[in-house]
Amino acid sequence: MAINWFKYAAPSSFYGLAGRLIPWFAWPAAILFCVGLYIGFFVAPTDAVQSEAYRIIFIHVPASILSMMIYLIMAGYAALGLIFNTRLSSMMASALAPTGALFAFISLWTGALWGKPMWGAWWVWDARLTSELILLFLYLGFISLQASIEDPRRADRAGALLAIVGSVNVPIIYFSVQWWNTLHQGSSVKLSGTSMHIAMQQAMFTMLAAMWLYVIAVALLRVRSIILERERNTQWVAELAEVRQ
Amino acid sequence: MNWLEFFAMKGYAWYVWGSYGVSLLVLIVEVILVRHKKKITLQQLRLMRDAGPDA
Repeated sequence: MAINWFKYAAPSSFYGLAGRLIPWFAWPAAILFCVGLYIGFFVAPTDAVQSEAYRIIFIHVPASILSMMIYLIMAGYAALGLIFNTRLSSMMASALAPTGALFAFISLWTGALWGKPMWGAWWVWDARLTSELILLFLYLGFISLQASIEDPRRADRAGALLAIVGSVNVPIIYFSVQWWNTLHQGSSVKLSGTSMHIAMQQAMFTMLAAMWLYVIAVALLRVRSIILERERNTQWVAELAEVRQ
Repeated sequence: MNWLEFFAMKGYAWYVWGSYGVSLLVLIVEVILVRHKKKITLQQLRLMRDAGPDA
């Protein structure tokens, strides 16, 4: 098959493609959220040690994983934009940042609400928690740095540098529970097997899939606005049906 | 299953529902804001077009 993949690297073609793709991610995300919540609350058994409080895991773990993954993808797009000067990659990086920040916030928020009953503290300056907080600040720094620079291409380059340097923090978050003696527990799911009940795993992975799809849908939605704003002086934007009406 | 018992979460209601409630709210607000942003951007584009090339 001869597909011209580079066709969609142009903002004008990607704008339409993104619009067509959104429902294919948004609806499965909504369905998987419902399935994940059903398994998480009605199928997964009560935990022997943490009673019902453990159910926070079904948002906390997927949101935390995604806060790190989104950062790496954002930094990857930003780096592509910096190296190859591709405008769309930089726009994707900008579109991912707010969602990444929200997932980092959800991770910290649900972590605090889980820490209080289990550890007796909303917050501790533990390596895992501190590095996740730094991740949130990196996202906010990226967003405010880009917002403070008027010229979009210069904003892209400055943001890219921050994103690339900041990506050092992601492995630190991931390995913090092994490198340091943390209050935060290590992973329950490992490649070598798991200590979790099967229904608990199913709920967690369903929620993870739902959040992945959500992130893709919302980033595509946001990148469409960014494309329109940045290409506002072009002929193709002026000829769009939604602009002409 | 008794619903009152379900919502009580064996005494962890505030923690569990506080986590799920706020997370859900965050995602809903994000979707509303992003859709609103798209609408505003399109409106601005139409205003720019109506103002003509000199604007």
